Amino acid sequence: MTSTIEVTNLSKHFGKVNAVNDVSFTVAENKIYGLLGRNGAGKTTLMQLLTGQEFASSGTISLFGQPPVENAKVLQNTCFIKESQRYPEDFRPKDVFKTAPWFFANWDQEFADRLIADFRLPLDRRIKKLSRGQLSSIGVIVGLASRAPLTFFDEPYLGLDAVARQIFYDRLLEDYANHPRTVILSTHLIDEVSNLLEHVLVIDEGKLLINEDAETLRNRATNVVGMKTAVEAFIGNREVLHRDGIGGLSSVTVAGLSESERRDAHAAGLELSPVSLQQLIIQLTRTETKEFEASA
Amino acid sequence: MDDSRPIFAQVAENIENDIISGALPEEGQAPSINEFAAFYRINPATALKGVNVLVDAGILYKKRGIGMFVATGAQEQLKGARRDSFSSEYVRPLLAEAEKLGIDSAQLTQMIAKEANNS
Repeated sequence: MTSTIEVTNLSKHFGKVNAVNDVSFTVAENKIYGLLGRNGAGKTTLMQLLTGQEFASSGTISLFGQPPVENAKVLQNTCFIKESQRYPEDFRPKDVFKTAPWFFANWDQEFADRLIADFRLPLDRRIKKLSRGQLSSIGVIVGLASRAPLTFFDEPYLGLDAVARQIFYDRLLEDYANHPRTVILSTHLIDEVSNLLEHVLVIDEGKLLINEDAETLRNRATNVVGMKTAVEAFIGNREVLHRDGIGGLSSVTVAGLSESERRDAHAAGLELSPVSLQQLIIQLTRTETKEFEASA
Repeated sequence: MDDSRPIFAQVAENIENDIISGALPEEGQAPSINEFAAFYRINPATALKGVNVLVDAGILYKKRGIGMFVATGAQEQLKGARRDSFSSEYVRPLLAEAEKLGIDSAQLTQMIAKEANNS
């Protein structure tokens, strides 16, 4: 399979802060990736490095086989939608959509017009008068209608309401199906996007924590719930990702169980329940491990 | 789609249900991968994986350049498979719950007969 992105031992330091710390991964062509992690984990810095907007402290980056920095050939094929994109003082949305085609060879005006109607974006209002959500919708429209072979969305929907977010997901899927391309979506709303993703990258404190197929990751963990003694007997010395308890009940998250282990658990009167991608990532990236007595 | 089982397996199961109910008739054309992906709001690769489960089982077959179709005999094949797993899927959990509540098998038989009469 062709790699759209190849990153080797990439690091970026700001003074003493290691924003990105010795990260290596590849991104396959025409897949939708989720770039997930907590605030300040290094997601935005990583995307800025990948799009040539920051210089790496060390390591190499290759996009479409070439380094991205100051490389028009690479950047023409790349679209980076930032969380807080700034526009010139007097710009109106219509000016954005007039200039965007200059930068993106695959720009589809008809698609953009349809999205503008979907998001009910007022084209003639000054950008500084737009609401936070309307501002975000400009970025989403540019990101979708540019049809760039490599598109980054960095928290694209700050302030977008639930209806608008659903429109974004639906249009993304629909257009991706007809025009396959590589999409990297960075977001906190993991539950909302988890079914759209084919592959998941999780970074935490600048390190790449997870680089896995989304389907594999979804099946990676299971909650085992039951009487404390029975749960403890069942898990033995298995790796425990998370532990909750209330009264005599215990809820423990363990790594993937085999079919026979599932049968054993049922036979022991334990209940098994799935762990969502969001729950799994919360459990893997949280630092405190204290047991919550209140929530089960 | 819920989180309890792989999404591709749920896609496959939903298509099976449509074949069993007759919503997707034998030799009828099945929706495309992209239509499934848009409908279930899932990644097309996941939809493809679900459909391939049924292609491998001979339930769906591909006509090159046209699309996917439901095989003749698919409905009976699926019903047979569901009958085989009926005991473990439905009867055993029923018995386990009945035992927990102290309902013996005679009472259970009576309850089933009563419900069957009502419906």
